[in-house]
Amino acid sequence: MPADFLYGVEVVLNGLMAGVMYALVALGFVLIFKASGIFNFAQGVMALFAALTLVGIMQGQVPFAHLINEIFGTEVHHFGWEVPALLAILLTLVVMIALAWSIQKFLFKHLVGQEPIILFMATIGLAYFLEGLGDLMWGSNIKTLDLGLPQGGSRWIEDATAGLGGDDFYGFFIDKLDLVATLVAIVLVLSLIAFSQYTKHGRAMRAVADDHQAALSVGISLNFIWVLVWSLAGLVALVAGVMWGAKSGVQFSLSLIALKALPVLMLGGFTSIPGAIVGGLIIGVGEKLFEYTIGAPFLGGATENWFAYMLALMFLVFRPQGLFGEKIIERV
Amino acid sequence: MFYREAGDFKTSYEADNQTFPIAFDRYRYWFVLAVAFLVIPFVINDYWANALLVPFLIYAIAAIGLNILTGYCGQVSLGTGGFMAVGAYACYKLMTAFPDINILFHILLAGGITAIVGAAFGLPSLRIKGFYLAVATLAAQFFLVWMFNKVPWFYNNSASGQISAPERTVFNVPVTGPNTEAWAMYLVCLVFVTLSAIIARNMTRGSMGRKWMAIRDMDIAAEIIGVNPLRAKLSAFAISSFFVGISGALFFAVYLGAVEVGEVFGITKSFLVLFMIIIGGLGTIFGAFAGAAFLVCLPVVLKLIGVDLFGWPPDLVAHFQLVIVGLLIMFFLIKEPHGFAQLWRVAKEKLRLWPFPY
Repeated sequence: MPADFLYGVEVVLNGLMAGVMYALVALGFVLIFKASGIFNFAQGVMALFAALTLVGIMQGQVPFAHLINEIFGTEVHHFGWEVPALLAILLTLVVMIALAWSIQKFLFKHLVGQEPIILFMATIGLAYFLEGLGDLMWGSNIKTLDLGLPQGGSRWIEDATAGLGGDDFYGFFIDKLDLVATLVAIVLVLSLIAFSQYTKHGRAMRAVADDHQAALSVGISLNFIWVLVWSLAGLVALVAGVMWGAKSGVQFSLSLIALKALPVLMLGGFTSIPGAIVGGLIIGVGEKLFEYTIGAPFLGGATENWFAYMLALMFLVFRPQGLFGEKIIERV
Repeated sequence: MFYREAGDFKTSYEADNQTFPIAFDRYRYWFVLAVAFLVIPFVINDYWANALLVPFLIYAIAAIGLNILTGYCGQVSLGTGGFMAVGAYACYKLMTAFPDINILFHILLAGGITAIVGAAFGLPSLRIKGFYLAVATLAAQFFLVWMFNKVPWFYNNSASGQISAPERTVFNVPVTGPNTEAWAMYLVCLVFVTLSAIIARNMTRGSMGRKWMAIRDMDIAAEIIGVNPLRAKLSAFAISSFFVGISGALFFAVYLGAVEVGEVFGITKSFLVLFMIIIGGLGTIFGAFAGAAFLVCLPVVLKLIGVDLFGWPPDLVAHFQLVIVGLLIMFFLIKEPHGFAQLWRVAKEKLRLWPFPY
């Protein structure tokens, strides 16, 4: 097989892996949008906040250390212990659930019945707040997240595929971390589906997503379901934050991946979990292939910044509700 | 006591149709204009101009522009930063290509060019609605910023990739470049703001504005009663982009002087202007001013309190600023989702009955 074609295949494979990462973030959006109609812009910042908290707990940092030192003139930074990864993840999950509860209690409870744009703006406010809070609590320096996840290229895949091409082809380069992320994503999606199909609260969640009024009338507590949904979104954010954080360090740019999840959502439809995954894969492959075939050679590179949006835009012109979105029916 | 409609009789259609039907409102309007044009230019200094007044005026134009699109026509746009960049780069290209022509025409032309670009990016709005459209406008934001970074023609092949404004004069007074004085900067922006506000206000009162509002409230119903959605939406995109383009041109040429596109016209700018119109009040011209004033003043005030009063390090204050801005936005949305404009309306209702409310 010609080397160019094999490189193309490698690009596609890496695109698929990147797409899984996008889909992870998009999943959180879909969960909340389905259940409450809130377009949660803060999903990316929630991922950042979760990752920051995880690193902070693992390294035994004192929360708000800078602030405390500045006000009281003390010099505290660390508690002096290190928390094992699994316990730290559990603790972070507790923090995310507390966050979900307070978001519902202090913010969205007061905004029931407002227009979607107002809810959207509120989540942008929330994004600013969380970003500042994360920096205040744990400091704004770039942190490395070390959970012992495998890093680097996978030798096994490289060796196994080296025979496909000629002498100058050394096999496909695929990051082990991406493979782990894919596995985690598959497990996450399967357990989410199992949760919403087979458990009581999962069914209640789907009922709320279908029709608020009807769900209320059969005795489902909207308040509880929304806290549940925000907690689930927090869990998804934690997973996404861990994966992205392990890949590129825990820093502010992590919150920008939320923006990359938006075209994924448009492509897949705001209300469809399979849509988020398929959309993520299409965007991941599409932008890598475009950069490889057209962007880098002819347009000066860095086309990944906008290609996803343009793709989604073109796509939506022909199918306004996205791939799997509910058909838009308009009545006067 | 003074704020009364009673006894304020109109004897002609012109008087009945005027922008401010209540006499007290008119006096206030002329008073504000008089102070802005005749007093402030003589007392202004560099700090006030650079930190508060000039950014306020420029953001007010951008907010008026976005308010036409989002507040009046109901199309949420997250591409404001990109359109401001179009205005800035169009102005730069015109300034360097035709140095003899007055800068004011360049700024207007830059607005016109932005209007064309905005209308082009508005085309998908005929098919895509709501949040799908908001995300679609992000395509404009990222594509435009990328284009201005990558195509050397736009920044005249300068080595740094920046654009910087050469000195241009109006009536022999420099208004761009390093020798600009504070009052000249202020006056140029003020003239554009005043004209923009008057034009926007009258447009939204006229048939065009009514069409926009019909589309906003329900586009299918509007179509049935004979509003052409293609024309209404595209005109909203074009006119909104015109104002946004002017503000981008002023932001670059008059205020900053040198611009690196990713930094200045990034996605955060789009959100900032959107915040302004939401906090100020969607669908009001007053709201655009109030929101711009609030969000321009807030960081300055917080910095004064944090750094100068408490002596905290700037990075800590910057983090606090994020938290406070976030909290304030959420607080405002809970307390008054219709923004400052609604507060103002309520205050006027109260004033009408003061001091004898029933």
